[in-house]
Amino acid sequence: MARRILILFAHPAIRRSRFNRVLIETARMVEGVTVHDLYETYPDFAVDPDREQALLLEHDVIVAQHPLFWYSAPALLKEWLDLVLEHGWAYGREGHRLDGKLWMQAVTAGGSERAYSPDGLNHWSIDELLRPFEATANLCRMVWQPPFVLHGAHLADAQEIDRAARAYQARLTTLRDGTPVRAVTP
Amino acid sequence: MAADGFLVESATYLAAAVASVPIAKRLGLGSVLGYLVAGLVVGPSVLGLVNADPEMMHVAEFGVVMMLFLVGLELQPSRLWQMRGAVFGLGGLQLGVTAVAVAAVALLFGQGFGPSVAIGLILAMSSTAIVLQALAEKGLLKSPPGEATFAVLLFQDIAIIPILAVMPLLGGAGASEAAHADPTLIDRLPGWAAALTVLAAVALIVVAGRLALRPVLDFMATTRLREIFTATALLLVASTALLMQSVGLSPALGAFLAGVVLADSEYRHEIETDIEPFKGLLLGLFFISVGASINVSLVLAEPVLLAALVAGIVALKALVLYPIARAAKLARSDAALMAIALSQIGEFAFVLLSFAGQNRILDGGTGSLLTAAVALSMLTTPVLFILFERLTAGRADRPDDRAPDTIEERNRVIIAGFGRVGQIVGRILIGRGIKVTVLEHDAEQLEALRRFGFKLYYGDARRHDLLHAAGADEASILVVATDDKDTTAAIIEMARRNFPHLKIIARAFDRPHAYELEALGADSVVRETFAGSIEMGTETLKALGLPGFESERIGRIFRRHDTETMRILREIRGKVDRDAYGLAFRERREMLANVLQRDFQTLHEVEDAGWDAESLREEVRGAR
Repeated sequence: MARRILILFAHPAIRRSRFNRVLIETARMVEGVTVHDLYETYPDFAVDPDREQALLLEHDVIVAQHPLFWYSAPALLKEWLDLVLEHGWAYGREGHRLDGKLWMQAVTAGGSERAYSPDGLNHWSIDELLRPFEATANLCRMVWQPPFVLHGAHLADAQEIDRAARAYQARLTTLRDGTPVRAVTP
Repeated sequence: MAADGFLVESATYLAAAVASVPIAKRLGLGSVLGYLVAGLVVGPSVLGLVNADPEMMHVAEFGVVMMLFLVGLELQPSRLWQMRGAVFGLGGLQLGVTAVAVAAVALLFGQGFGPSVAIGLILAMSSTAIVLQALAEKGLLKSPPGEATFAVLLFQDIAIIPILAVMPLLGGAGASEAAHADPTLIDRLPGWAAALTVLAAVALIVVAGRLALRPVLDFMATTRLREIFTATALLLVASTALLMQSVGLSPALGAFLAGVVLADSEYRHEIETDIEPFKGLLLGLFFISVGASINVSLVLAEPVLLAALVAGIVALKALVLYPIARAAKLARSDAALMAIALSQIGEFAFVLLSFAGQNRILDGGTGSLLTAAVALSMLTTPVLFILFERLTAGRADRPDDRAPDTIEERNRVIIAGFGRVGQIVGRILIGRGIKVTVLEHDAEQLEALRRFGFKLYYGDARRHDLLHAAGADEASILVVATDDKDTTAAIIEMARRNFPHLKIIARAFDRPHAYELEALGADSVVRETFAGSIEMGTETLKALGLPGFESERIGRIFRRHDTETMRILREIRGKVDRDAYGLAFRERREMLANVLQRDFQTLHEVEDAGWDAESLREEVRGAR
């Protein structure tokens, strides 16, 4: 059975985006994908936990798609995590509502892949920088998927962007129909 | 020339009050002491401007009746029922133990058994007038010691009936005829019928108060004649008192009962506001009469004896009360406050003393000595309160000494004006469980709200006494949401003057009105159309295709920018000449131009460069 995918999209200035605007439009075309634009839904930051939790329950795969801002997500996605993943609901002894769902981060980074290496400007790899999200998924007993990462957003040309969009489409399709990448780490 | 005499009397009393009470208040002595001293000065013993006329005293006692009526208005029947334990327990103990102790002392001093018991009962009474007035002035009426004190006073009022019945039996032979010098309706009836009459009178008050009074008040309110409503309220108190007196009950007790019956009525605050000034004046008159009745020559003739007598009685009463209050689980300082509050001898002692004199229970010498002692004991209470406050000031109570629910009571918010704006404010507050009191002049709007936990006051919010009745002394915030510009300004001016502790949040019509309200002392001013207009601007940006978050952010930046503009224009406004026309002209023209200029600059510069990587992109390109 195909998995239903929820994309939590967080970009505060979509009109300035190069990659993300194209990616999110691509995602909208994929069947079984719900695009949830957080900055459009909560321009006042008043995240509604009940509504968000209901949305989570309707899906099997949660994708957080956002640009990498200061090695993390834009502020509203953090607010979303703080308010929606309640103790006793998402984690804790009684919190089992997200058990076994797949979680994937889809991030775009301005710098090159080399910049995110031990010798590079940012020293750490994207995988390492996303550890807080991985830990979050683990605590909620979700299955962490290797992130979808696009490097070099600053300088990408139209061709690169187009290639990225197709790669994203393929990745979403796999998430929907394929075998999950990793089992839960206890 | 009786009218002239009346005018002279009135002018003398009023002048005494006007001269002494503000001074006493300024000195922190409370109004009661001011009145008492004023009475002493104008009384026969010092200046001799007025004679301690029993008639005047009688009129003044009506002030006490009104006070009990007002206390009753504040007390819902259910609350009264909850207090029954305190009334009979605390009150019964206080009266019983004090009477026994005083009687024992009187016996030791060679009085007979009957007179000793009479003296015990008389001196066990405390002064409702002095105690309630002093506690109300200190805002302590609804505190735990305040309620316990009130319970005792209530019991004393109830106890007057049996005491009056027992008193004649305490005298020697031949006393019973004299006891009937002032016959009441029930004196001519046999015992069972008398009891029935009393019950019928009480039932009449309850039933009439519940059923008949409401339509009457409804009708009076629709006449829109304020003085007729006031007259109705006064008539209500007077007739209840009269009814009670005619069946031999205490008029004050009857008025109290009538008040309780009306405590659920929607007109209760109107009545309260109407009666309050009469009560205040008559009570003042009462205290002045007490002051005037102090027989200075007797005091001068027997200074040591009287001082010892007063000090002894006050100390004895306080000592009896303190352990009782402690047993009622009051904290130490609260128990001490209650002991002091009830330590004087009450005004009813004057009545009982003359009654005892008529019945030849007490001889003339003892009677006049005790009368002087009663009046002097009333002087001690305000003084003791001051000493108590000096002693406890700066000494913080331990945590368990403070009752937590009084803090909640003080978190009250008063909303004046409950139209489109006030309703939204009220809904937000009630939704958060905050206590809201609403002042509205339109009675029809109000009734439906009561169910949702709003406390409603019907009347003109510009009146300081309505705000007072609505609990402005205990509230912390006043929201002025009236829609008429001048009304809003008048309320703020009045509230700032009379309740300086209130934080005032006001609804302004436009920018100039906002400045006006700020100048009048509003702490926070909200322009009524401002937030809505920003929202319309944001919606328009969204309709133009801008992302929601960006539109919202521009709206918020505009809001902050406009607040800043308010501040800058306020300074300019302060500098321009105060000519009203010039000011209005400037505001319309120059200021609007200024405002638009600033708007253009600010909003045009919203770039949110933090989210824009253009310069970073340049740098990366350059490095490659």
